[in-house]
Amino acid sequence: MTGVPLAYIFRNLWVRKLTTALTAGGMALVVFVFAAVLMLAAGLEKTLVETGVDDNVVVIRRSAETEIQSTVDREQASLVAARPEIATARDGSPLASKETVVLVVLPKRGSENPSNVTIRGLSSTGIALRDQVRIVEGRMFRPGTSEVVAGSRIAEGFKGAGLGESITIAGKTWTVVGVFDAGGSGFASELWGDTDQMMQAFRRTAFSSVIFRLAPGTDYARLRKVLEDDQRLTVEVHRETAFYAKQSELMSSFLSVLGSILSTIFSIGAIIGAMITMYAAVANRTAEIGTLRALGFRRVNILVAFLVEALLLSLVGGLAGLGLASLLQFYTVSTMNWQTFAELSFAFSMNARVVMQSLAFALFMGLAGGFLPAVRAARLDIVDALRSV
Amino acid sequence: MAVAEPPIVEIVGLAKSYRRGDQVVPVLQDINLSMTRGEFVALMGPSGSGKSTLLNLIAGIDTPDRGRLAIEGVDITGLSEGELARWRAEHVGFIFQFYNLMPVLSAFENVELPLLLTRLDRRRRREHVQLVLELVGLADRADHYPSQLSGGQQQRVAIARALVSDPTIIVADEPTGDLDRQSAREILDLMESLNERLAKTIIMVTHDHLAAERAHVVRHLDKGVLTDRIERPRARATG
Repeated sequence: MTGVPLAYIFRNLWVRKLTTALTAGGMALVVFVFAAVLMLAAGLEKTLVETGVDDNVVVIRRSAETEIQSTVDREQASLVAARPEIATARDGSPLASKETVVLVVLPKRGSENPSNVTIRGLSSTGIALRDQVRIVEGRMFRPGTSEVVAGSRIAEGFKGAGLGESITIAGKTWTVVGVFDAGGSGFASELWGDTDQMMQAFRRTAFSSVIFRLAPGTDYARLRKVLEDDQRLTVEVHRETAFYAKQSELMSSFLSVLGSILSTIFSIGAIIGAMITMYAAVANRTAEIGTLRALGFRRVNILVAFLVEALLLSLVGGLAGLGLASLLQFYTVSTMNWQTFAELSFAFSMNARVVMQSLAFALFMGLAGGFLPAVRAARLDIVDALRSV
Repeated sequence: MAVAEPPIVEIVGLAKSYRRGDQVVPVLQDINLSMTRGEFVALMGPSGSGKSTLLNLIAGIDTPDRGRLAIEGVDITGLSEGELARWRAEHVGFIFQFYNLMPVLSAFENVELPLLLTRLDRRRRREHVQLVLELVGLADRADHYPSQLSGGQQQRVAIARALVSDPTIIVADEPTGDLDRQSAREILDLMESLNERLAKTIIMVTHDHLAAERAHVVRHLDKGVLTDRIERPRARATG
């Protein structure tokens, strides 16, 4: 047995275009906020996950969590870099990079507001380890000079960080000789220069981290245990992908919680809006409901018809909200990552999970708003309903 | 003489009352009525006499307090709500005073509604709908919406809807109550021809004497009691 025809449900929404548009519009705004926050969290995650390369391993001081907080002294760094499990370059040298990572304060372009920027000192091996990084303007810095290259986000966003400009850090002037693209990764929010120059300028005697490429066929878990159990070392070992993904956890979970709370509050308004619309629909169509029941349609047919109507209404709202939110993908956010305290740029990112969650949220609002009116419609007495012509 | 046919509607000792606050208001008291197949009965009476309630009971959209109400030998007072809905879909065609068409559905779709509750496939449904629309003279208006039709035409669509599932009885509540004289006459002609040519059993509530004149039997209700019975010779009587 089929129920009330879909054409009846659909055209009733179409007939009252203005009410439908207003109600769906309210829902669209809520879905927009909901999707926007999810997209922000997804974008942050994506950026940090893409920063890592799966075969790369990051070694930092035990319980340091980030490279900024880490110090690995020269002796320990050399011990790590000498491991036989490290892949070698064509010339036979190990693909291991001892790096210095420092936070510096730079003024933003336009507003002049100071913000933390990560500056990384690395060797040519370190550059080779980052496959996703390529120079788009100018050239790479030369070892042993006070030249730096800037990630594209830094070059755009910070004063003196553009190609040919110069910045003064630690009492020394550094010339920006190149801008690099980092394929959407977190490196786009870094400045890179020569390790030895950096260590001198910042008066460092120790490195921050050692990054190396695993030799093919290496048992990562075993190597990790060997390094972490080594009495001469006080280090922890991470796969680069996991290391960066973990940096997004705090902020993305904060964003998700914030988004959920905001959306919940907003959704109450949208649900009430849908409820009023649907109650009005039931009241206006009481005689039609009575007629359908007289013709032999059951209470459950009526219940389903009005629920489907509310769900369709919310689907329209949900799709409109998502359409609006998808425009955010053209927008890049720059903010401080609380885990590293450094400026990080990332884009709103819409993925299948965001779409599904947003639509599910919209449909939930439709169901919540439509349920009571649908029950009222289904419970109408036939004779009373017919009399309401 | 032919052997008397078993009654298609058989009502014995039917009673119905409404509760208004603490008071129980009797609407129908001890109604006895029987109709044979192909009969056309008009129920008349002043407002509040209970004629609409009696019609609703026969149509299975209201339930009596006591009494027997059998249609084709089936006592519908014992049916559950779900069974009653299915029974209505199969056995009752409704004609309302205000046509009660779905404004968002075309004439065709309105007529098709009762068939959605049957097992007929799309093609068969289309055939049935076209047949009844031709019968009421609106085959060329199938795609029109109710707002594009006159009152008389809307009532024809409603009559087509009442006919499409070939029900046992057709109940009509003031079918001409909202129509001008000319349209009313056309609707009554249509109902009369359905009764005479298709042998449809019709029970109609009306205030209109012109309407009642078309029926074979006119029953009067007063204060919930059936009073007199007036018969009119059947037009197609063979003599």
